[in-house]
Amino acid sequence: MAETLLAATAVAKHFGGVKALRDVSLTIRSGEVYGLIGPNGAGKTTFFNCLTGLYVPDGGGFEFAGAPLVADAPQQAAARGIARTFQNIRLFGNMTALENVMVGRHVRTRAGVIGAMLQTAATRAEEAAIRQKAIDLLHYVRIEDRADDLARNLSYGDQRRLEIARALATEPKLLCLDEPAAGMNATETEALRDLIDGIRRDGTTVLLIEHDVKLVMGLCDRVAVLDYGALVIEDVPAVVQKDPRVIEAYLGA
Amino acid sequence: MDIFLQQIINGVVQGSIYALVALGYTMVYGIMGLINFAHGEVVMIGTLVTITVAGLLAAAGLPPILAGLGGLIAAVLCCMALGWGLERVAYRPLRNAPRLTPLITAIGMSIVLQNVAMIAWGRNYLTFPAFLPKANFEVAGAHFTAIQLFIVIVAAATMAGLMLLIYRTKLGMAMRATAQNPAVASLMGVNIDRVIAAAFVIGSALGAVAGVMVGTYYEIAHYQMGFMLGLKAFTAAVLGGIGNLAGAMAGGVLLGIIEALGAGYIGSLTGDFLGSHYQDIFAFVVLIVVLMFKPSGLFGEKTGDRA
Amino acid sequence: MKNWLSPRSTAGIVLIAAALVALPFVLATGGQAWVRIANFAILYVFLALGLNIVVGFAGLLDLGYIAFYAVGAYAWALLASPHFGIHWPVWAILPLGAGLACIAGVLLGSPTLKLRGDYLAIVTLGFGEIVRIFMNNLNAPVNITNGPQGITLIDPVSIAGFRFSGSSEILGVTLSGPQKYYFLLVALAILVIIVNLRLQHSRIGRAWQAIREDEIAAKAVGIDTRNLKLLAFAMGASFGGIAGGIFAAMQGFVSPESFSLIESIMILAMVVLGGMGHIPGVILGAVLLSILPEALRYGVAPVQKLLFGQILVDPESLRMLIFGLALVLVMRFKPAGLWPSPERKRELQPEKAGG
Repeated sequence: MAETLLAATAVAKHFGGVKALRDVSLTIRSGEVYGLIGPNGAGKTTFFNCLTGLYVPDGGGFEFAGAPLVADAPQQAAARGIARTFQNIRLFGNMTALENVMVGRHVRTRAGVIGAMLQTAATRAEEAAIRQKAIDLLHYVRIEDRADDLARNLSYGDQRRLEIARALATEPKLLCLDEPAAGMNATETEALRDLIDGIRRDGTTVLLIEHDVKLVMGLCDRVAVLDYGALVIEDVPAVVQKDPRVIEAYLGA
Repeated sequence: MDIFLQQIINGVVQGSIYALVALGYTMVYGIMGLINFAHGEVVMIGTLVTITVAGLLAAAGLPPILAGLGGLIAAVLCCMALGWGLERVAYRPLRNAPRLTPLITAIGMSIVLQNVAMIAWGRNYLTFPAFLPKANFEVAGAHFTAIQLFIVIVAAATMAGLMLLIYRTKLGMAMRATAQNPAVASLMGVNIDRVIAAAFVIGSALGAVAGVMVGTYYEIAHYQMGFMLGLKAFTAAVLGGIGNLAGAMAGGVLLGIIEALGAGYIGSLTGDFLGSHYQDIFAFVVLIVVLMFKPSGLFGEKTGDRA
Repeated sequence: MKNWLSPRSTAGIVLIAAALVALPFVLATGGQAWVRIANFAILYVFLALGLNIVVGFAGLLDLGYIAFYAVGAYAWALLASPHFGIHWPVWAILPLGAGLACIAGVLLGSPTLKLRGDYLAIVTLGFGEIVRIFMNNLNAPVNITNGPQGITLIDPVSIAGFRFSGSSEILGVTLSGPQKYYFLLVALAILVIIVNLRLQHSRIGRAWQAIREDEIAAKAVGIDTRNLKLLAFAMGASFGGIAGGIFAAMQGFVSPESFSLIESIMILAMVVLGGMGHIPGVILGAVLLSILPEALRYGVAPVQKLLFGQILVDPESLRMLIFGLALVLVMRFKPAGLWPSPERKRELQPEKAGG
């Protein structure tokens, strides 16, 4: 069995009286694509936001790559190796596609103000490396021909891909995708599936929130189901698919 | 103890004026997210118009109180027209411009109004005519004047009127809806242009009333008087949580009290190192401290980034 | 930047350099007052580009920028004048002034930079007023700033025995005091232009832009938004401090009057009116807004005499009136500024795809 990359222990979050997460515990292993599914409002995105430091959990916590995650510090989560995309795409709209990915390199590079002002050899070399890596990533997600276009002028599918490229630029151990297939047609979804498959093959663990059950069941190594903020089941797709509680959660009582 | 009470009374009076001016800032900010820097100048114009009109009426033989009333009405009408004009000419064309653009326009309008006033009324201090009897009252060792009483009562009545307007009329509902979400309000049939214009007009009317109060209280007026007043009032609005009407009122009164107490006690607190001429810093020090601990103001709701 | 060495741009640079060298001599034929006006225009270019780092790059609305300028100016005034009888050399005071301004920036910025944009504006504005009020009143009981009278007889800039005040002869050319300061200021302005240019296209510059675009997304890719904002704030403050020191030395006199809110607003107006974030635009804005009031000062009275045969309206107020109107009109017809960056222009165009 592969080693555990992320362990969530009894993560709880409530907003006023609404319990968005009720003691959710789950484990993600290195190298797998892990699906997180559930009906609307089940708490999937809340879980994401707790994991990536945007929310502070009211209870429980995360252990990532052998050390606990600090709550309320998104930039630290990224530094530790957790990258994410957003359900409602959040790109830097007035920067080019290439620049968006270059920003993603920020956390893995060092150059500061002094270096920039003096244009030291080290700074220039680093800048060239940032650019090259960003170009490579645009190739990787196959939008290299849009490199110099403003992010906001990209098509919807390309914006999703650009967001993934930007996240990959941070060299994540765990890539969290929040409904990447939302709004995509069948062809685009198929291409996305290949992309995620490739990311797994290249050694990055993926946490996938998705509505498209077919995509999740076909792609994921293991799947967790959330309903009303609580974990229903965590297992391989074949088992999850047959579980009566999951069918009930999806079809309603 | 009577110094304490005295300073509280002075603070409430000054604070009522801040509150009225702060409402103008907060209404415009709440609805369109703009710091209307020219609002202090609207107040100043209100004061100066009152001086002119009341002077003319008094010269025509009206008793002081009626002349004053005439001046007040003229000031309110003038400022309403001015507020409407400002919005229509300067701000409306910039609805979709970058965020800082209307701010610079507001600063530009502020400079324009100050200098128009200087050309029209001159650069000297003007005497504000006395409309009210100089009666003195004493309660528990603290003195207050008829003018102070007048200011607090008129301010309270004006604010009550505003609350009725905002919470009991259709226009008020439209304004609240627009403040919540302009796009949805507009889908629901609210005429955004009219709501924004109304916010400017009402805010300016309140400003005119405040302008008359300042004149009555200090008995002088000057083309530059609007600037610091506007700054303090805006600080009060932020203190109370900008966009929040009740917050602006509370913030205004609170700021007035803090300033009065600060000015009264700073000397003895710092061993006379700092004197009462530091009065103007209290507003800003309090503001910075409050925002450090409560970033959305004392009574502000937690709002997401609008910008 | 890459085509800097192309023949065309080389010719352009040579031309600009020649014009910059010739300017103080041309202006001097109309009197040293014109050279002083040019000096102030360049000082404002320096200040505006310092503020551009804060407002244009990092997107932080700072309405109290002049406070940092004041810190630098008073640092120089107190440490190089008969007021305390201290006469420190330039290489000690200028960095000290910049450092003090930087510390003031960090002290103000660290608790307030998490505030929403407009709140930050009012807090910085308040800070500017606090600084000014202290300078106005710190003359009693201990006389530190000499209050509203200000500090006089401040030492001029003097580098290795070469004094920038009074005229002297260099390579057979006689240079007046203002002309010498002119060249010093041009050198400093070029320095700040290079800093701006290099920062803009750096890892730090990109991170600032990302914060401006979407702070949450910036955090999600690991940008420490708070530290980067603080960095911009502190850098802007340091430049303000340097400009203040030069100002004090050049004038030989400082008083709180020079550091009023309207000055902060003026510098912000230069940045926005020129074209926020776009270096040539900001330079244009600074030059225009510093020259315009001066030009109006000399122009308003004669024009009135010419038109009406007498002075109808007080020239001073008419001048400010025209200035205010100019701000309003430029914003009305050029909302992104007179010379916005190409990207900025694109931002104002309607979006092609949903974002």
